[in-house]
Amino acid sequence: MRGLKVIYTIWLREFITFMREKFRIIAMIGQPLLYLLVLGKGITAGMRLNGAADVDYISFMYPGIIGMSILFTSMFSAISIIWDKEFGFLKEVLVAPVPRWGVALGKSLGGATIAMIQAAILICMAPLAKISLSVLVVIQMLVLSFLISFAITSFFVAVASRMESMQSFQVIMNFVVMPIYFLSGAMFPMSSAPAWMKTLMALNPLTYGVDAFRNVIFSRTMIPMPGGVPVPLLEMARAGGLVHWGLSFDLGVMTLSAAALAAAGAWAFSKAA
Amino acid sequence: MPDIIRVEGLVKKFGEFTAVAGIDFTVQAGEIFGFLGPNGAGKSTTIKILATLLKGSGGKASLAGYDVAVSPNEVRQCIGLVFQDQSLDERMTAKENLWFHSMLYDVPKDLFATRMEQVLTMVDLMDRKDSLVRTFSGGMKRRLEIARGLLHHPKVLFLDEPTLGLDPQTRNAIWKHVRKLRDEVGTTVFMTTHYMDEAENCDHIAIIDHGKIQAIDTPANLKRSIGGDTIVVGGDDGLLEELKARYKVDVQKTGGEFQFQMPSGAEFVPKIVSDFAGRIRSIQVKQPSLEDVFLRLTGRAIRDQEGSVLDSMRQNVQLWRRAKR
Repeated sequence: MRGLKVIYTIWLREFITFMREKFRIIAMIGQPLLYLLVLGKGITAGMRLNGAADVDYISFMYPGIIGMSILFTSMFSAISIIWDKEFGFLKEVLVAPVPRWGVALGKSLGGATIAMIQAAILICMAPLAKISLSVLVVIQMLVLSFLISFAITSFFVAVASRMESMQSFQVIMNFVVMPIYFLSGAMFPMSSAPAWMKTLMALNPLTYGVDAFRNVIFSRTMIPMPGGVPVPLLEMARAGGLVHWGLSFDLGVMTLSAAALAAAGAWAFSKAA
Repeated sequence: MPDIIRVEGLVKKFGEFTAVAGIDFTVQAGEIFGFLGPNGAGKSTTIKILATLLKGSGGKASLAGYDVAVSPNEVRQCIGLVFQDQSLDERMTAKENLWFHSMLYDVPKDLFATRMEQVLTMVDLMDRKDSLVRTFSGGMKRRLEIARGLLHHPKVLFLDEPTLGLDPQTRNAIWKHVRKLRDEVGTTVFMTTHYMDEAENCDHIAIIDHGKIQAIDTPANLKRSIGGDTIVVGGDDGLLEELKARYKVDVQKTGGEFQFQMPSGAEFVPKIVSDFAGRIRSIQVKQPSLEDVFLRLTGRAIRDQEGSVLDSMRQNVQLWRRAKR
């Protein structure tokens, strides 16, 4: 009972403080827009996807951009722990008669909620990526975003629990966050990567998250064929190796990863603080 | 009065470094107990052990009958803590900060409004309850933290350097509130400080240095133990040995001056002036202060030690907060 109350308290606190940070919300909208409009459009102009020439690169990259935003948002939510446990609210939480695992879970759920809000904003940008939506697609996307972010935030809660100061933040950024992003299939399809990279990608939970996003978000879009019947984007992406696994497989891997990482985060946080 | 805190042979080691080297003391319910010592003396470490934030390496400590190592949650429920570094949420209002505290400490919902009014009135912040903490001055934040620490009616309130970095006026105001707390609510207050003048406000003081308690007593008794007035003499370096030999006293050198105790300072002045005619640059006679007690017990003035990683982080935070304003 006390555990549930602390989870709720920490979650609510994350949510309220997020809503009061206007700059964070602006950055949250601005960054993916930059990726979509500048990077996506720029690359699309000069690139064809191997094996799926009719799929626009920007349509391929769009779910990857959502994945990237979730990764960064989750990471920032969790990494604030380092700061907070010496100079902030968390210090007060750590002396309270509450279980530490509850604090860690509340933090992960808070991060997941914020990332879900971010995903909702991004989903509104679907037309820019030539993607058609339906109510079901939107709901599925939000649920997936929550699950993926919960896993990633938990992972970084575990990382942040082991870190003493913000000085190691750059190291984390370069050797953990960026590799997770690059090896998630967000920027290029797994099928065109060399074998060693494929192995690394298969070990990265975010790969399954991005693949699940593609499964869901491509499902309603039709690609018009010159002089013929339009072909579903998902079918084309599967054939071209842009989508690897089925949705239920992706979902299964993500759920297991989320459970394992949540346990790891709660454990590391209880140990450290 | 019953003992509310009982510490026996408490030791804390960080690798090779011994921060707390076997200390014993008791704190009575309802008193203001002060830990006086320089930075790095082991004050904060002791507080952290009592507040269950650190595990001791040896010895025993109990609070309100609960062993801090065995029943941390019971101990946490009966203490309030105000840290050296503020731990308020600046993006929230005073009321919201208190509300989150009440959630963490399981204060019943229907009691919250009365409790909030009670603690905020005590620290004169009731009219600011709906303001964002970001807009508060340093002193107001500290008062709000004290109020928050009291919200769940703790038996012991720990204050770790509660007046650090505050101006004298604010320091006086904080003390006024702490005394009010003891007199009206009967909360035991355990505090650390390295301001000598503040320690005078405590009912009992433990002087701690290098992880060891050098003395525990009331401020009056500690000062009495010095034996008379403090004489501070300025003059040439040769005086050190000569003063010792002539008056059979223990002389401490601080800066370019020599300091020692004499039973009656006023009568001693004419004597020393004639004994050392022409060699004495200045003479001061002082009523003994805790500073003198500290000097006497440790052989040196209270001083700042080299900073740790945490200190530099702390400095960065302060700079950053200033920059934000």
